Amino acid sequence: MRLSSGTKLLLPFLAVMTVFFMAPMCIALAYSFMQANPLGGVKPAFSLAGYLRFFYSPDLDGNMHWDMRYLQIIYSSTKMAVLATFICVLIGFPMAWFMATRPAQQRDFWMILVTIPFWTNLLIRTYAWILILRGNGIVNTGLEKAGLIDAPLDLLYTPFAVGLGLVYSYLPFMILPIYSSLERMDWRLVEAAQDLYATRLRILWHVVLPAAMPGLIGGVILVFIPTVGSFLAADLLGGGKQMMLGNLIENQFGMGRNWPFGAAISAILITFVMIGLILIARRGQGLKGVVG
Amino acid sequence: MSTQAKNMPGFGAITFLGIAFLYLPILAVIIFSFNSGRMITVWEGFSFDWYPRALGNSDLQRAAINSMIVAVGATTIGTVIALCAALALHGDGVPRPLKNASYTMMALPLLVPEIVIAVTTMAFFGALNLRLGLGNVLIAHVVFCIPFAYAPIRARITTIPKSMLEAAKDLYADEWQAFRHVTLPLLAPGIFSGALLAFITSLDDFIITLMVAPPGATTLPVEIYSKVKRGITPEINAAASMLLAVSIFIVLLSYVINRKKVI
Repeated sequence: MRLSSGTKLLLPFLAVMTVFFMAPMCIALAYSFMQANPLGGVKPAFSLAGYLRFFYSPDLDGNMHWDMRYLQIIYSSTKMAVLATFICVLIGFPMAWFMATRPAQQRDFWMILVTIPFWTNLLIRTYAWILILRGNGIVNTGLEKAGLIDAPLDLLYTPFAVGLGLVYSYLPFMILPIYSSLERMDWRLVEAAQDLYATRLRILWHVVLPAAMPGLIGGVILVFIPTVGSFLAADLLGGGKQMMLGNLIENQFGMGRNWPFGAAISAILITFVMIGLILIARRGQGLKGVVG
Repeated sequence: MSTQAKNMPGFGAITFLGIAFLYLPILAVIIFSFNSGRMITVWEGFSFDWYPRALGNSDLQRAAINSMIVAVGATTIGTVIALCAALALHGDGVPRPLKNASYTMMALPLLVPEIVIAVTTMAFFGALNLRLGLGNVLIAHVVFCIPFAYAPIRARITTIPKSMLEAAKDLYADEWQAFRHVTLPLLAPGIFSGALLAFITSLDDFIITLMVAPPGATTLPVEIYSKVKRGITPEINAAASMLLAVSIFIVLLSYVINRKKVI
């Protein structure tokens, strides 16, 4: 078969992505159905132990016991991600609205302001919160100097710190898609609604929200997925009290040495991604608003 | 009604606070990198001492050099691949199903949580017994650099009018000449901007490098992470501030380049 010159140009991309992205995903999926090697890696034998680990844990004699620990971690990290995503909507939607209603020249300025943190180092932006939240950190020192507290508050290494770090990390992913939906909206519709004596609430609900919906859906997906799979916020700010799926996966491939289980958790995350992709394709406006 | 409904009360205040929230930690790192004392969060006066110290630290130096090698390599390879893909996907030569599959593959590295890419790539390298040192890191970075380089090129390519290529063809330009003298100059800002975005993405990557890098092939963020785990020092803040400055400079540069309209 003779390839067209267009397809030839696509070959390097297809080759790299197939070999170094799709193949690793497939191998990991295969690993999730194998036996764990206690030294790391897997034994090449079929096993559902990776998935059963969600419900059972083996004791020293190899008997399986009902164990809710991991389901609890999955539940609490999903709950945390839902909460963080919701707070991102609460902050991001008004910000996107405000930015989209600025005059055209100012809009670029606001865009850059929101984009810069998006592109700067997440590790540094996360550890920075240690400086702010710790016992003798900026918040506690400030509150003590103001005479509001006598002893430093326990802010760092709490679920609160993790939630704060998550909202902080992924807020731009919420603002940008909503903004790109609202920027394209015809704001004369709002004036028309106003002329027809619609209240602000009705305008928000019946005019702006439907227009923002594609961006909102995209934003929710773009925030929820990296949040539930995040590693840094819980690792640096959580002090082991709050884990996200990312930490759980890292743990299984690192110290935990249970690769099949780690691969099985990864498979769950990939399922979230697939659902997200389908939702974006149907209704949403996602990556274009962020990267483009 | 006297007031405009499109200006919601309180939304401006939320925006200002939101922006302050986004920048507060960045400012904290930068400010405390100039602290004269060893204390991390107690201000003891202005000092520039931590910068020469950070620059002179041999661990940080080695990591910074690794970061540069990987970022330059991944950016170059990733941008060339992204450019070829953008040209192919913009044209009519690629069958529709293949195009759709390519779009999905372009979006996946941005959507799949980084930790999953990290562990699957690590497991893959392990299965192949691939031990290329820094080369392993480079390969992993090329993959996620491609979509970032692709987006601005793609945005640019749609603005090139077909008539210009037809004009070139009418003037007997062959395919290569039309590309070299028409498409490439028009695409240049998109390519440059894509390369810059790929560069900072590579420079900033942490979790994938952490899992994939063999000993001795750590990059600057991984080095900063291991130092943060042992306790933050003003020296780390200084190194982090320099990394932040590079990223911010590059985003602004990319923005300026992409803003200029060609036609």
